[in-house]
Amino acid sequence: MAFKNHIEETHGEQHLRQKHLMLDPKPRGEMNAMVMEAMHTTTWKFWVVVALLSAVVLFGLFWSWGILIAEGMGVAGVNRPSYWGIFLVNTVFWIGISHAGTFISAILRVFKAEFRRPFTRAAELMTTFGLIQAGFSIFMHMGRVWRMYWLMPYPNQRLLWPNFHSPLTWDLLAITTYLLSSTMYLYLPLIPDLAMARDRTKGGWQKIFYRVLALGFRGTEGEWKHLRSAMNIFAWAIIPIMFSVHTIVSWDFAVATRPGWNSTIFGPYFIIGALHSGMGAVIMVLAVVRGTMKNMKYFIRPEHFEAIGKLMLIISMGWAYFFFNDFIVQWYGGDKWTQTLLHYHESGPLGYLWFFMLFVNIVIPWSVLWNKRWRSTPWIVFIVGLLINVGMWIERYIIIPISLTINRSPFTWKLYQPGIEIPLGIGTVALFILLYLAASKLIPLIPVWEVQEGQMAHSLKKYGRESVVTVSELE
Amino acid sequence: MKPIDLNIIGAKGAIAEEAEGKWGMAIDEDLCTGCQACVAACAMENNISFVGEEDAAYGRTMHWIRIERFWEGEYPDVRTTSFQPMLCQQCGHAPCEPVCPVFATVHSQADELNLQVYNRCVGTRYCGNNCPYQVRAFNWRDYERPEPLNNQLNPDVTVRQRGVMEKCTFCIQRIHQAEDTAKSEGRELQDGEFDPACAQACPADAIVFGRVDDPDSKVSQLSRQKRGVKHLEDLATLPRITYLKES
Repeated sequence: MAFKNHIEETHGEQHLRQKHLMLDPKPRGEMNAMVMEAMHTTTWKFWVVVALLSAVVLFGLFWSWGILIAEGMGVAGVNRPSYWGIFLVNTVFWIGISHAGTFISAILRVFKAEFRRPFTRAAELMTTFGLIQAGFSIFMHMGRVWRMYWLMPYPNQRLLWPNFHSPLTWDLLAITTYLLSSTMYLYLPLIPDLAMARDRTKGGWQKIFYRVLALGFRGTEGEWKHLRSAMNIFAWAIIPIMFSVHTIVSWDFAVATRPGWNSTIFGPYFIIGALHSGMGAVIMVLAVVRGTMKNMKYFIRPEHFEAIGKLMLIISMGWAYFFFNDFIVQWYGGDKWTQTLLHYHESGPLGYLWFFMLFVNIVIPWSVLWNKRWRSTPWIVFIVGLLINVGMWIERYIIIPISLTINRSPFTWKLYQPGIEIPLGIGTVALFILLYLAASKLIPLIPVWEVQEGQMAHSLKKYGRESVVTVSELE
Repeated sequence: MKPIDLNIIGAKGAIAEEAEGKWGMAIDEDLCTGCQACVAACAMENNISFVGEEDAAYGRTMHWIRIERFWEGEYPDVRTTSFQPMLCQQCGHAPCEPVCPVFATVHSQADELNLQVYNRCVGTRYCGNNCPYQVRAFNWRDYERPEPLNNQLNPDVTVRQRGVMEKCTFCIQRIHQAEDTAKSEGRELQDGEFDPACAQACPADAIVFGRVDDPDSKVSQLSRQKRGVKHLEDLATLPRITYLKES
């Protein structure tokens, strides 16, 4: 107990240390060993899950996609007028999931929110892996995916360029920018941990893997200085990128001449929706990591669920506000087609989805997350996060295929019934989890240096009889 | 008139305002009997795939022209409206064009038509979503042509692969053929010299095709009647088809 006070601690202090990771320091070597142990402890259950998920990915993603390419879009559920279906729903959904990663990491880092420290990495991984699924989903959606490179602006003999008037071109550029910048943003804080893993690995391919990726990081003052400024630049830069990406995704719909889509509030409404589902996904990941990986109960504590739970509650309120804003203005406008569509949302054959969405996106979080004890309990927030994600998926389902059912040409109205989209969608979920499982065995899921830095900055000071938590500015 | 590049930013809206178009159509709903001869003729002329019962019932018909039929009330007190042949309106300011990421949906300067470049299409189907008339047809599969229909393909029109969008071209192959014939004979193209397949097949002569920029052509005269309406005119798509009906 070298790090703790020599004077005997009061009961209150012990309670504080037990509650807050930042006040409960462990020696560096011990903590590093804990993270390495979590990475290397693999039970048979892990391999069973990996095998199951691999089978789902092989069948759901690759085999089904092969059929889709060979047979054509006819095996999917898209029709006229629902030219866009679950593929686009999944694209928007995954981009939404990927948002919270960067949000938690960048915004909380910029605002120096101390509770972020143990789970920034887990959140950032979600960004990169979620964007991969979004990319898969959008390419599945294309009628001739083997021509997808035509969407890229590349020099060619016939001087053909993509159409920069098209929101899909903006989309592609935005998502690519986001993927590249968020991957770099994931990589930069990973370097010190990779160096730690390198120093603690004896031989084998892992040694080479860490040695190459750690870029020879040794932890000198100069290296830290450069790393810090690079991370600072990325943390600031990635916030506007994150806002722009989902706004651009919303423009796919907002600029179209469709009733229900043509809404000026779609940009912020989509951003808050993305954060809503993304926060739910972060909390689910954290609950699973805490429950299944070794030593994680030390790093991820109820205080973190509590803090994210509060954010979820606020974001849920924000989502409700924007939903209402989007709804009331369109409804008040009184356009014939929009009114028909809004009526169809609520009382059409899939009207129950609309009510279910409002229930799980608003009623459930509001009635559960206000309670401090409930929002500190991992399994409760896991269920809330899961329900929010289902609700947000349904929200996109209502915006895309259900809204497409109603158009200005009533002769073509037709309900959309999903086909091969379902195994493909499940395949993307399985691939997301599989990538996460692989990452948990290859890289330290906990940013150890960030936790250690935080613990050094935090201390308990005594003023009279009162223990006060103080944080010193390290940077 | 000096040709203007419609792909210059800002040019499109300004030009579309005044563009009256070149080729146009007048469809008399009071004459249309809903016999579907135009639908069959169009399918034969343009090598349109037969999607089969199942896909057709699921909203995947690929006809470039369709007869829309509406009614009010329940049987037996049904009040039907007139038949409404619906095909690509060849908008002067088309919503389908700007949304295509690869320029597969483009505006032809020479013919002032909306063209679909099948070879360039990657199948994002955004144009189909953005078309308020829902007249674009997507190749959901590679449909087989049952015997002996595989022997009747029109050599002037390409067949399309699965995964690309297609739509009415105002029978551009016939337009070009007639223009070439007139040019080789050293004369101007006459009004009514040729017709697209739908107009040619219509037994009631409800579809009239011609130059809308020529005030003396039959289609211009018909379009100027009080009976004429444009479909969804409030969207400012500047459709080139005038529907004639007593309202």
